[in-house]
This record gives sequence, C-alpha cells and structure tokens, in this order.
Amino acid sequence: MQRSLYEEIRAVAVQYPDERSAVLPALRLAQERYGWLPPAAFREVADALDVTPAYCQSVASFYDMFHLVPVGRRLVEVCTNICCGLEGAQGVLEALESELGVRVGETSDDGEFTLRAVECLGGCGSPTIVAIDNRYREGVRADDVPALVTELRGG
Amino acid sequence: MADEIVLAGAEGRDLTKLSEFRAGGGYAALAKARGLEPAAVIEELVASNLRGRGGAGFPMGRKAGFIPKPGTNPNPTYLAVNADESEPGTFKDREIMRRVPHRLIEGCLITAHAIVSRHVFIYIRGEYLEEFEILRAALDEARGAELLGGVTVVLHRGAGAYICGEETALLESLEGQRGQPRSKPPFPAVSGLYASPTLINNVETIASVPAIVERGGAWFATIGAGPASTGTRVFCLSGNVVRGGNYELPMGATIRELVYDHGGGIADGRELKAIIPGGSSFPVLTPDQIDTPLDFDSVAEAGSALGSGVVIAIDDRCCMVQLGLRVAQFYMHESCGKCTPCREGTRWMVALLDKIEDGRATHGELDLLLDVCDRILGKCLCPLGDAAAMPVASYVDSFRDEFREHVDAGSCPFGGSSSLDRLLAPVDQHSLHPTVEVPA
Repeated sequence: MQRSLYEEIRAVAVQYPDERSAVLPALRLAQERYGWLPPAAFREVADALDVTPAYCQSVASFYDMFHLVPVGRRLVEVCTNICCGLEGAQGVLEALESELGVRVGETSDDGEFTLRAVECLGGCGSPTIVAIDNRYREGVRADDVPALVTELRGG
Repeated sequence: MADEIVLAGAEGRDLTKLSEFRAGGGYAALAKARGLEPAAVIEELVASNLRGRGGAGFPMGRKAGFIPKPGTNPNPTYLAVNADESEPGTFKDREIMRRVPHRLIEGCLITAHAIVSRHVFIYIRGEYLEEFEILRAALDEARGAELLGGVTVVLHRGAGAYICGEETALLESLEGQRGQPRSKPPFPAVSGLYASPTLINNVETIASVPAIVERGGAWFATIGAGPASTGTRVFCLSGNVVRGGNYELPMGATIRELVYDHGGGIADGRELKAIIPGGSSFPVLTPDQIDTPLDFDSVAEAGSALGSGVVIAIDDRCCMVQLGLRVAQFYMHESCGKCTPCREGTRWMVALLDKIEDGRATHGELDLLLDVCDRILGKCLCPLGDAAAMPVASYVDSFRDEFREHVDAGSCPFGGSSSLDRLLAPVDQHSLHPTVEVPA
C-alpha cells in the first residue's frame, strides 16, 4: 500500500537532529503529490512537522522550485543567464514558445507544458541548457527545438 | 590529464561505482586518515594550504582548526558540504559529483574524522537532480560496504535559491528556513548549524582532501603557483569558445592557455572582447590581460578574483550594457531582501541599465549607476550586494565609451545584433503567473 504523505514526511524528518530541517524535503514531497503547493499541502506539511501552515508558505515562497500556483504536467525551463545567453539561449526560448504554443511564464491551454526562463543551471560549458522536469538537455540550439518538442509530445 | 587530482582516474572509467573507485586506490586515504589522530590530519591540511574552492579562498586547514576540540563544547560538531553551486559560469561541482562521487564522500569522511564529527550534511542545489541521484547511489554503496564508520551523511536538496550558496544562508536553509544570511560573528565554526560548531566547505575543496592525506600536504603544496595557490583547480571555461567545459589544471595556468590551448580559442573566428574570471560576481578583465595566471594573487592583482575558478570568454558581438543589465537582473532576482542596499540597489541598477540600453538615459544617470554601486559595496551582511555592484561598476570602468555611446546616440549601437539582445531574464516573467484549471 502506498504510504501517506504524512508517513513519507515523518520518514524524512527523523534524519535530522531538529525536525524543522525537513520543511524543504517535506514541501518537495507534497509538491510531487499535488503537482504544486495548494493550501492543503501547507496544512499537511505543517501537521507532520509541528509547524504552522503560514510558516511553510513563507518558506516555500522563498524558493524558485516551489510552485505556489498550478503548473503544467511537464515543466520546460531554459537557462537564460549570461553563458547560455551568449550562445543563443534567447533563440532557444523563442523556438520553444513557438513550438509549444505558449509564452514564457505561461502554461499551455491543455495544461501539458509550462515554459519558464530560469537562472544559471550550472551547465555553462555546454549551452543552452534546457531542463525538462529537472533533467538537463545540454547544448540545445534553436534548430534542435522542433525535434525536442516532437519527442516531448510523444511523437 | 596527468595533473589531475580531483577528477583523477575518471577518464574512461566509471568511478561512480564503488568497485571501480576502489580498484584505483579509492578509500585508501580514508583508512590512512582513521589511523591518524584528528589533529595530524588537520596538520596535513594546513601544510597543503588547500584554499576554499567555492569562491572565498579561505585556507581549509585553518578553518578546520577553528572547530572546538572535543570536550570543549557541549554541542555536537557538524560538517556541512556546500554543493549549492549556482554562481553563473560555475559548473565544476556538478561534474565532480557526476564523475567522482566517491571522492567527495571519502573527503567528507576524512574531514569528519579531522574535526571529530559524526554528522555530515551535503547541501546540494535542488536543480541538480541527476547529480543527487548519482551521489545517493554512491552513498548507498559506501554505506553498504560499511565505510561510513558510524558517521551519518545526509543529502539535503535545496529548492532554487542562489543565496543558499552563502554559508550562513545555507545553514538557515538547512534548518528549514528561508535562506537569508546571518550576521557574523558568531562564525559557523563556533555557532553554525543548530547553534553548534560547524565546518562548511565546498565540494571541490572536500574532494581534494583524500589526495592530501594519501600523498601528504607537502606534496600538494608543490603543485600550483607558489605557497598562496597550491594544487589544481577544476577550471570552468564557457562563453564564446570552441570547446567549453571543465579543465583541471595546476593553479597558475594562464587564461590564454585555458581559452586557446584547451578551449580551442574564440568560436567563429571572432575577436575576444572581455573575460569574466571567477564567476559573474567579479570584475571583468580585458583582452590585454589574457596572460594573467589563474591563481589567487595574480587575478587579484589584475583587478578581479579567482572566485570559483571560472573563465567566461566574451566576443565582440556582445553589448556590455546588455551584459550589465542581465547580470544586475540576476542579482536583483536572487537578493534575499534582508539588507536595504542590496534589495533596493539592485533594482536601481536594473532600472538605470535598462534606461541606458534603451537610449533614454543621461550622462548624469551613468554617474548615478556608479553611485548606486558605490552605495551597495561593503554595506551588506553578505557578499551578494558586492557581487552585483563590483562587476557592473567594472563594465562601466572598462567599457565607458560603449556606455557613453548609448547615451549620446539615444540607442544601442549594436542595433539589435548583440549576442545578448532581448535576452529574457526570469524576473521579467514574474508578473505572468501560469494559470491552468485543476480538476477537483
């Protein structure tokens, strides 16, 4: 039987001398369940770690990887920091906008893709980095985007 | 490469596997260290003059020596490894974790022995999912082989915040809080994680430790560029070069060697225009400084810093105002908001640079930009404010004519052809909240 979110969080919390340290991993677990962090997620994390929902929301709002609004089922993120930028990241971003049919920062109408520009992903030696659900594609050029999107659409 | 220490043996071998790593002599240094008194291990680190590879360059042996000796502090002692690599231009720790995760784990266990700690936390940036998975698998193997020796090693994932690479912000985040830096003192060696003595070191620093224990601090000190810059660096080369990537070379290799001999030079036969050493937080160098050796003192004498061992080569297609704008946008986005000069100053920088790039600024506003930088420098709790102000002020200093041209011409002289033209920063999309209907 699948463990409850509460049980999952408790299993992580015992690793730490102070259980409040588990707030970040707990929020991640909650986000994996819900796809984003709705109010219910903050209540569940708070309950498991004996903190308040407001505290959890305050922490979550500090970090870019927590979604305080719903996002698409697939998250497509493009690094637009200087190293990728110097080697054509803007072109990759625009190609993704056009192929996915969605503007940067938005989610496609079918709820499938959210496209985001993000800060340096630590792949500066092989620009441009495109992260799909946090897995990196390196050395992506604008020309590569149509094939990439076909692959993402399961084609 | 024969000179490698941190990435040694990883060419053509899968050192993520414990058996392969051990076949190449891995974990021998751990056994040796555990046969030594902790103080003797610290002595080797001091003799090596291994300086921090995360950016600040503080000698690791001295920092380890600040940790209270057993019995002098009632609290446990912690080792926190900074794997929150996020400085633009830096991607070496990622490669170290991908290719030699056991060397990092071995370094952690040796260091834990040196400071008599039984608790190691590796704070890895949240975006590094595959590296986390590789490190977790390596750790499971090491645990299964009973190499941990009673030490607990917890992999703690960040969640997307550059500031958490600052050591006290890292501790706050590791305690489950917003990653806002603490004021120092007290220093982490006295009051760090859970108000207990804590040693914090970067991944590359820790991964250098096994070789030092195995072959001696004196041996390590013979490599590199003299007593202040010992050992190797995994240099991160990026920008408009033919072959970007990580190159582990002895400290003191020149920027020219890195860019031309290893990186194949500037791509597409373009002209080199500017060099950013150290990471985006540091002042820019100009092509006449290409023979600067990459060691702590030489890069500092050239007016910048070695930082995290970065070289970003920029060719003549790049508008320096756009570069300044994009760098300023990054720091505005990543400012934690705690100190006013950083929180407000980075916004002013972005607004002014945007105006200059657009051709709407006056010469007075160019001076105002420098004034804003000056009012940030040295006035914040942590280095993030300086990291925004230093590089941007240096772009104006080194490329003042280009900035003036924007003002005089009333537009960008590149006319849309700059390599960074229209580059969208994440800050620009914050008003665009994604919306989607979620089924009940």
